[in-house]
Amino acid sequence: MPKNIINDFSLTIATVNGSGSQTANVTLVRALFKMGIPVSGKNLFPSNIQGLPTWYTIRISKDGFIARRDEQEIVVTLNPASFSRDLASVQTGGVFFYADDIKLPINRTDITVYQMPVKQMSRAANVSVGLRDYIANMVYVGILAQMLGIDLDTIKQALNFHFKGKTQAVESNYSSIKLAADWAAQNLKKSDPYSVKRMDSTSDYIMADGNTAAAIGSIYGGVQFAAWYPITPASTLAETLNVYLPQLRKTGDGKQTYAVLQAEDELAAIGMAIGAGWGGLRSMTSTSGPGISLMSEYVGLAYYAEVPVVIWDVQRIGPSTGLPTRTSQGDLTAVYYISHGDKQNVILLPGSVYECFEFGWKALDLAEQLQSPVFVLSDLDLGMNQWMTKPFDYPDTPIKRGKVLWEADLERLKGIWSRYKDIDEDGIPFRTVPGNKHPAAAWLGRGTGHDEDARYTEDAQAWERNMTRLKIKYNTARTLVPKPVIKSSKGSAIGVIYYGSTGPAVEEALSSLKRAVGLKTASLRLRALPCTDEVQDFIKKYERIYIVEANRDGQLRQILNSLMPDLASRFRSVCHSDGLPLTAKWVKESILAQEEK
Amino acid sequence: MMATSAPSQINKAGFSKNDYRGLPSTLCQGCGHNSIANQIIATCYDLDIIPEEIMKFSGIGCSSKSPAYFLNRSFGFNGLHGRMSSLATGALFADKNLRAFGLSGDGDTASIGMGGFKHMVRRNTPIVYIVENNGVYGLTKGQFSATAEVGLNLKHQGINQYMPVDICMEALTSNATFVARSFAGDAKQVKALLKAALSHHGVAVLDIISPCVTFNNQENAIHSYTWGKDHEAPLHEISFVPALDEIELLGEFAEGSVREVCMHDGSTVMLKKLEKDYDPTNRANAFQMLEAAQFQNWLVTGLLYIDESKPTLIETFNLVDTPLNRLTEIDLRPARETIEGINKMMF
Repeated sequence: MPKNIINDFSLTIATVNGSGSQTANVTLVRALFKMGIPVSGKNLFPSNIQGLPTWYTIRISKDGFIARRDEQEIVVTLNPASFSRDLASVQTGGVFFYADDIKLPINRTDITVYQMPVKQMSRAANVSVGLRDYIANMVYVGILAQMLGIDLDTIKQALNFHFKGKTQAVESNYSSIKLAADWAAQNLKKSDPYSVKRMDSTSDYIMADGNTAAAIGSIYGGVQFAAWYPITPASTLAETLNVYLPQLRKTGDGKQTYAVLQAEDELAAIGMAIGAGWGGLRSMTSTSGPGISLMSEYVGLAYYAEVPVVIWDVQRIGPSTGLPTRTSQGDLTAVYYISHGDKQNVILLPGSVYECFEFGWKALDLAEQLQSPVFVLSDLDLGMNQWMTKPFDYPDTPIKRGKVLWEADLERLKGIWSRYKDIDEDGIPFRTVPGNKHPAAAWLGRGTGHDEDARYTEDAQAWERNMTRLKIKYNTARTLVPKPVIKSSKGSAIGVIYYGSTGPAVEEALSSLKRAVGLKTASLRLRALPCTDEVQDFIKKYERIYIVEANRDGQLRQILNSLMPDLASRFRSVCHSDGLPLTAKWVKESILAQEEK
Repeated sequence: MMATSAPSQINKAGFSKNDYRGLPSTLCQGCGHNSIANQIIATCYDLDIIPEEIMKFSGIGCSSKSPAYFLNRSFGFNGLHGRMSSLATGALFADKNLRAFGLSGDGDTASIGMGGFKHMVRRNTPIVYIVENNGVYGLTKGQFSATAEVGLNLKHQGINQYMPVDICMEALTSNATFVARSFAGDAKQVKALLKAALSHHGVAVLDIISPCVTFNNQENAIHSYTWGKDHEAPLHEISFVPALDEIELLGEFAEGSVREVCMHDGSTVMLKKLEKDYDPTNRANAFQMLEAAQFQNWLVTGLLYIDESKPTLIETFNLVDTPLNRLTEIDLRPARETIEGINKMMF
């Protein structure tokens, strides 16, 4: 055991949900971030309002690896209910902090143990009884700060941010933290090797969650209409629209250029969003798996009637209600094929908080360009946790509205146009939207069979013509969606494909494979379906392609199998889904195990 | 404008009746829905509506086919079964100057679409929502709908055992601001109510008993022509007076027997009392009237309830004056310099 381990360990805090520990935990992560140390924080919480065990796991990594780890060097517990489990989870040589009112035996001698007088200190604090539990959380922040060397100034900065500069709240929390830190300085003898130290690795970053980034990205994409229904873990996306739209998109006289409406269910949320998209608004909805299931029929209508709409799926684990507060990449196939009849959908796969912002605006462009539903698949880990991210960049292309004809266009065309005719050989027809006063503008949208002029028909050839054109349109999408990010070096033996929030775990695993066993890998981070040409080119280069996913069935592999049957023998699934973000260790060992076969 | 008919057949907006027509109906001969479509055409002509300023919505079913049979020059969307309420809600935000017709049936509204219907109503979504109510599923060939009366006997289905849904009652309990019932066989009343509904400020629910000549037109069935004609109990003779025509038409009603309801746009609904003393601005009255009608086996028709004072869904949003769907990048994308501030707002 090295004497000092600096800026390289995992720390998990066990509390009772609903006790306000989230503020304390996020404060720790933010303080570490402001110390310039690469850090991530993941909330592993129950589907419950108050009273059940909840954990928050922080990864501190001087090398910039921020994936979750199973191994915990430091564990803090305030919860008698999870005490035994928490104690058992500490790595050999690690550290265990616990509230000293928990009178349970400590049966380990291979770790350092510190007691914290949490109850005593929260009682001593000058706050009402109701706030004592809350202050108890600040006690462990103070003790950890002292014992690990977290800068109290950065903690104050974090509190200032959290409480939006409200002095009284900041001061009352800070004084509890300071008291606890002072108590630790006087009463605890440091006898473990773990500490943190200022670095300069985060100054080019900001910290945000994916749902916030998605909402702000959508606002920069000119979103005009959003309808939604509350669901974990997607609710904060729509709620954040309501925070930033009034700041960014009101006119000088206080009028709105947008509308956000909470619907009665997801059936209505998607219906409203499609109505608005058909009406010519940049329109979106945000939901999670169960909502996606309910939206299925309407998505088929939008695909077939060719209505632009953006659908964010912040995935949680299913089927059914599943584990509503646990993450997964389990909706990929469902969304790809969603709704009855022949079709595939356009799906964007953000791999970072930065891409949640970027795909926020790009998805609205794509939906209007393609006159089609466009899905964006985020997940709970990406959407709800705080991540270091590059600052958001202002969109580098003007807003794209697609092929919309207004009065002057129809005047020029002498009123001659066809709603569903492929003029440009890209499968994308022209459309008009309500309010267009030209007498030739109107058409009747429908999910029933229609000809090029949107007239009802049951004619066999007209049906097939239309469906063939829709396939051409999907092929056009292939040229418009974000390309994958490919990394390869000379002598790469195998290829690895991954997407979404598993990025940090996969990238760390690949780095470790190279370092530890000398296995060189090439990687492709997929950012959209349909696949661009680069995907097939990549797959052809390597005999073995590992496809890493946080789901049980290897859903991307299923899709790639069907798209490239000739190459399918190269694919090997590395998939796993238990509701927790993947770890680099698991990815690495899974690839190695299959390599050794 | 585009009209080429003789001047006498042109309305004040410059349109002929033809400008309001749709494609030939493919519904059954004698279907009540066709008569309603014709009254929509007549209403829009009479009220000098610009067809491009109307949107039409429907769900799925015989009723929902009918938007194809009127207002060819209006945008429309024939959506999903029971889900038109949300589709129309979203579309109404596109251009707040447009008005909307929703064409639904008893299956579309009172069964599969009940939830959406009631929420559309409670938000006071500005739409003329017509339920062409025949107590039966037509397109799927004659199953019971939720508005079918207890004891109705249908071929292949047997006898209905369940209490019917009363669409007007559902609308009222959901705080509708305009509730009316009519009978497709009473073209004059349908037209008067349509005019009032189109001038109404908010959601206007019209439950129109519209007999299915193919699957539910037995003499004793509530949704049949014979029963409707025999049992119709109008609350009042109704006439609609557009704001501009007020002076000319006022004399048609005798003082003392007429009640006026002033609409938001300045037009007036004139209700000529029959034997009943009925005040359609009193919600409790409306509930009582519907209860009594059910008990007495009346088909009570007319304007049951109206409230012009509530804001519409769109008004609650304080939108810019320009239709949202005509805004451009300058209105929609925050200025470049704001991004730095946003990044600073993150941690």
